[in-house]
Amino acid sequence: MIEVDNISKQFGDKKVLEDVSCVFEQGKINLIIGGSGQGKTVLMKCVVGLFEVDKGRVLYDGRNFSEMSFGERKPIRQEIGMLFQGGALFDSLTVEQNVTFPLSMFTNMSAAEKRDRANFCLQRVNLENVNKLLPSAISGGMKKRVAIARAIAMNPKYLFCDEPNSGLDPKTSILIDELIKEITEEYNITTIINTHDMNTVMSIGEKIIFIYKGKKYWEGSNNDIMHSQNQELNDFVFASRWMKAVKQHF
Amino acid sequence: MANTLYEVGRYSSFIKSLFYKPEKFSIYVRQVFREMVNLGIGSLWLVALTSAFMGAVITIQSAYNLVNPMVPLWAVGIVARDSIIIEFSPTIIMLVLAGKVGSNIASEIGTMRVTEQIDALEIMGINSSGYLVLPKIIAAIIICPVVVIVSMIIGITGGWIAGDLSGVVPSADYLKGLQNQFLPFNVTFAMIKTVVFAFIITSVPAYHGYYTNGGALEVGQSSTKGVVNSSILILIFDYILTQLILA
Repeated sequence: MIEVDNISKQFGDKKVLEDVSCVFEQGKINLIIGGSGQGKTVLMKCVVGLFEVDKGRVLYDGRNFSEMSFGERKPIRQEIGMLFQGGALFDSLTVEQNVTFPLSMFTNMSAAEKRDRANFCLQRVNLENVNKLLPSAISGGMKKRVAIARAIAMNPKYLFCDEPNSGLDPKTSILIDELIKEITEEYNITTIINTHDMNTVMSIGEKIIFIYKGKKYWEGSNNDIMHSQNQELNDFVFASRWMKAVKQHF
Repeated sequence: MANTLYEVGRYSSFIKSLFYKPEKFSIYVRQVFREMVNLGIGSLWLVALTSAFMGAVITIQSAYNLVNPMVPLWAVGIVARDSIIIEFSPTIIMLVLAGKVGSNIASEIGTMRVTEQIDALEIMGINSSGYLVLPKIIAAIIICPVVVIVSMIIGITGGWIAGDLSGVVPSADYLKGLQNQFLPFNVTFAMIKTVVFAFIITSVPAYHGYYTNGGALEVGQSSTKGVVNSSILILIFDYILTQLILA
């Protein structure tokens, strides 16, 4: 479980996050949703420690991450897996080397053990015969799956996904969503997804936090969204004609 | 002025951040060897070509300028040797490397920054600056003196061949000049300069690449800044070291 306690963040004079508090629950898909520029990426980066918070704290299972030094954070960081928007695979390494990279850095596994683990993780994301390929030689959807394989290589307790469906076709998007859901349930991890993909919101959003103008405006589940009277949330979620029609029929 | 001070302060913090305890020492050692091949061996052809032609030009121009009958022809050998050892090989070759190696480092690290690969390293708990930059600096400090020695040998040989082929300086005179009044300290001085310049041509572009913010355009700008700033610093430190050591 990750607790975000009253955090604020500003860049120069611009307040990007203001007194945001929320809890990301273990074994559940936690979504952060909101329009572009509303602060959801900054919130995620504050939670993982890529940005330092100006005020408040982030607790990983009760451990105060915000007050820790770089060295003190290392054990927690090794419990974190992250899927970046573009995959963020290392260009100069093959798919297999990308997956085994954290294992090489933090474990004393033999080459054979690392290879076995890479094969297991790649099979888990339904990828085969790509071990020796460079990231430039695989498709966008495959890159995302390799990034998931790398993220789960160290058996993480916390999985962060920054817009996992961006740039993917609808079929591959659904595949990635299902994969993240399966992995979350299988390993009972705390998964946090930053998205504005409504398919993801409606299909796997067990807990949803809506960020608007740097503040938490709404919190609930995908079922709650259909009944919400929150104007800003409805303007965002039901922006398209199709979604408006869905809400009217619901 | 405030911006310059800010940059100097941030550069100092960046250099300090390189020296956290490595996550796994063996991986850093492997990285150092890989970088030595990339930075040194990968630049040898360029260094050889530049050195051979510059050695030839220095020899022919020296012969052209030493027209005084009081100055023996073998003095061309001395001038060519000392010019190449003291100034040409450590300074000009390092300026050439600042262009080749510096732009490579800044664009590589800058691209890693904008494609979130550096964030991925940080998330894993890896000291990204140490992992990406420290091996490059160590590799350059080890391999650049070797490259500069090779440059000295090729430059002096290029001068010899050009002088002899053009008939401006006969071999015997050139070789006599090479062996005359040789000061081994000049080589030591050249090595000191090379080590300082090797640090500059790796750390400055790496710094600009590491703090790239934006996209492809900014990566290009970081690369340019890295090369320009490291070249300027090489010239400034060339003067400072010459003043400190030789004056």
